[in-house]
Amino acid sequence: MQNDAPRPGQSAQNPLRTGGNLLQLVSPEGERISHPEFDLWIKDIGDEQLGSLFEDMTVIRRIDTEATALQRQGELALWPPLLGQEAAQIGSSRSLRDDDFVFPSYRESGVAYIRGAHVSEIAQVWRGNALYAWDPQRINMATPQIIIGSQSLHATGYAMGVQLDGASTAVLAYFGDGATSEGDVSEAMVFAASFQAPVVFFCQNNHWAISEPVRVQSHVQLADRPTGFGIPSLRVDGNDVLAVMAATRWALDRARSGGGPTFIEAVTYRMGPHTTADDPTRYRDPNELEDWAAKDPILRLRRLLDAKGLLTEELEGRVKAKADAVAAELRTSCVNMPDPQPLDVFNHVYSTPNSWIERQKDHYSRYLSSFNQPVEEGAL
Amino acid sequence: MSKLTFARAINAGLRKSLENDPKVILMGEDIGSLGGVFRVTDGLQKDFGKHRVIDSPLAESGIIGTAVGLAYRGYRPVCEIQFDGFIYPAFDQIVSQVAKMHYRTQGRVKMPITIRVPFGGGIGSPEHHSESPEAYFTHTSGLRVVAVSNPQDAYTMIQQAIASDDPVLYFEPKRRYHDKGDVDESIDLSQAMPLDKAAVVNAGSDVTLVAYGPLVKTAKAAAQAAADEGISVEVIDLRSLSPVDYPVVEASVRKTGRLVITHEAGQNGGLGAEIAASITERCFNYLESAPVRITGFDVPYPYSKLEMHHLPDLDRILDGVDRTLGRHNSLSGLEG
Ligand SMILES: Cc1ncc(C[n+]2csc(CCOP(=O)(O)OP(=O)(O)O)c2C)c(N)n1
Repeated sequence: MQNDAPRPGQSAQNPLRTGGNLLQLVSPEGERISHPEFDLWIKDIGDEQLGSLFEDMTVIRRIDTEATALQRQGELALWPPLLGQEAAQIGSSRSLRDDDFVFPSYRESGVAYIRGAHVSEIAQVWRGNALYAWDPQRINMATPQIIIGSQSLHATGYAMGVQLDGASTAVLAYFGDGATSEGDVSEAMVFAASFQAPVVFFCQNNHWAISEPVRVQSHVQLADRPTGFGIPSLRVDGNDVLAVMAATRWALDRARSGGGPTFIEAVTYRMGPHTTADDPTRYRDPNELEDWAAKDPILRLRRLLDAKGLLTEELEGRVKAKADAVAAELRTSCVNMPDPQPLDVFNHVYSTPNSWIERQKDHYSRYLSSFNQPVEEGAL
Repeated sequence: MSKLTFARAINAGLRKSLENDPKVILMGEDIGSLGGVFRVTDGLQKDFGKHRVIDSPLAESGIIGTAVGLAYRGYRPVCEIQFDGFIYPAFDQIVSQVAKMHYRTQGRVKMPITIRVPFGGGIGSPEHHSESPEAYFTHTSGLRVVAVSNPQDAYTMIQQAIASDDPVLYFEPKRRYHDKGDVDESIDLSQAMPLDKAAVVNAGSDVTLVAYGPLVKTAKAAAQAAADEGISVEVIDLRSLSPVDYPVVEASVRKTGRLVITHEAGQNGGLGAEIAASITERCFNYLESAPVRITGFDVPYPYSKLEMHHLPDLDRILDGVDRTLGRHNSLSGLEG
């Protein structure tokens, strides 16, 4: 169906969309707002689809709550919550095809869940059991990136590869508002524009970069910045799952059909701390949180479902059961995750054996075994 | 004399520098209302204002690159890099610009920039939060590189670094931020030990043990444990990693005849290699055994569940001391 839709961003009259207007298809009160162009991109979203979007958003919120609890209980070393960003993550990731490739930051656990990562894979990196989360090649999603903005270049390079291959894959890079200040993100836009690479830059403007409000990063709306690089951009209500979906489908379609890169600013809000190590009371006005809580993305979808008479006990029961099951799976797999072995520290530094590291490994192995030498009879 | 944590001691030193010199300004990510992710700059923005304690955009190259311009203009910027692993986006500005400006202009332009870097492991952090990047910088001429190991030094050395007309990379051992120690806040900086001097922190006669930053505490504990076995270990806190205060190390090795160097960074191309080679050149005839390095392994910093294996601890350091004494040789027979 996506292919039949007109391509609003490519119409001759409006080749570049700048940051002014915020695309919204559902109001915070849960009313469906129609839009002449973008409605076409979600024509196929019927009752059942709405229910499943609701399920996915509820499940990832539950993963988030459970992971935060696991961190408090010492089972995870750290956790970056995505509370409030469910619509941005589900709307965008559910727009992807399996063969598309995703380059995330560290906060895209919801996206990883949609791409097919197991919750234990999502957890292992935050537990300190591995440096990678999932197998990137299996779910077409790079492993979480901690260096701010780096992944935007990787996504652009991947997209250049797609182009060289003549494939119809699209690439999606996730990053935050703070990341737009990093040189890497600007450089990614330079490359993407110069080569018209099939990449979508998906910026979740959650208003904060740890303690710094978005105004420290940008004097203009973030969606205004890419236009200077020649990249069309769209500002979308990031708490409106349908708007995010329509925008992302539009941008992915542009990428696939040779339209080049697009930048989406999903305007949302990080309702929790930056990570479990952060204390937002030191820098954030509680009223701001209250305002945004009223725009909660899950609440908004509930209201829409309710207005359509879809918020049935059956749906709620099914969604709750699913969320409970996923949370239980996360907990069990996390608590039972085996600790790595000491000599694992030396594995996979190079793809072929390296005599220096083998020597250090041998030495360390002897050293470790020196602690449990059997005590000789009569030695004491 | 007051008892301060490491983090409070640096905070007090920064405060003093801000008070004494209106040209001192602080820049970094989250250093304002949050007070930095480790709270080292806690309260400074409140007291000195947003123009002197600046929350910068998330751009490390930007932080250091604009500091170059500020220094040109006569300011003394103190930049915070939030974690060791985030210094690399700024690497180009540091090694190509900050380090070379004085030489390039034959002294006409000074770069009195201090770059504070929480470094090292041991706090169970995710990737890029536990690096020991010091050797990249000690390899670059024109930079001073220091690593502090106790609250008193932290307090004085941050002020000396800021007062220095040379750029200084000031490495803070993040796993020691909460350690408390006596700090004499009235200390006269001109009387304090200079920034580029090494300190003998435990006198001994059998083995010289060189450490810096987070491992000084471990090295002192190892010396204590060795003393219980009748081995006398002299511990040197290097303090300045570039330039290294060789006369102090040399005098110690001439006395003990044995040298162990320990650092968290990997061995290959690390500071231990440089010190071992330099001391071998200077004291070959005094050495009773080959210098030994006890370091992190030559692997990327591992995930936190394994970091205790990677980091040198008291036992590994003692194993190294034993090796220099020929008490056993856990390396014998290893190929490669
Ligand atoms: C190069 C680099 N600098 C600094 C950091 C430390 N850091 C981690 S997250 C963060 C804030 C990021 O904010 P934003 O890009 O808006 O994303 P958000 O976390 O809000 O989703 C900072 C400063 C880092 N990880 N990498």
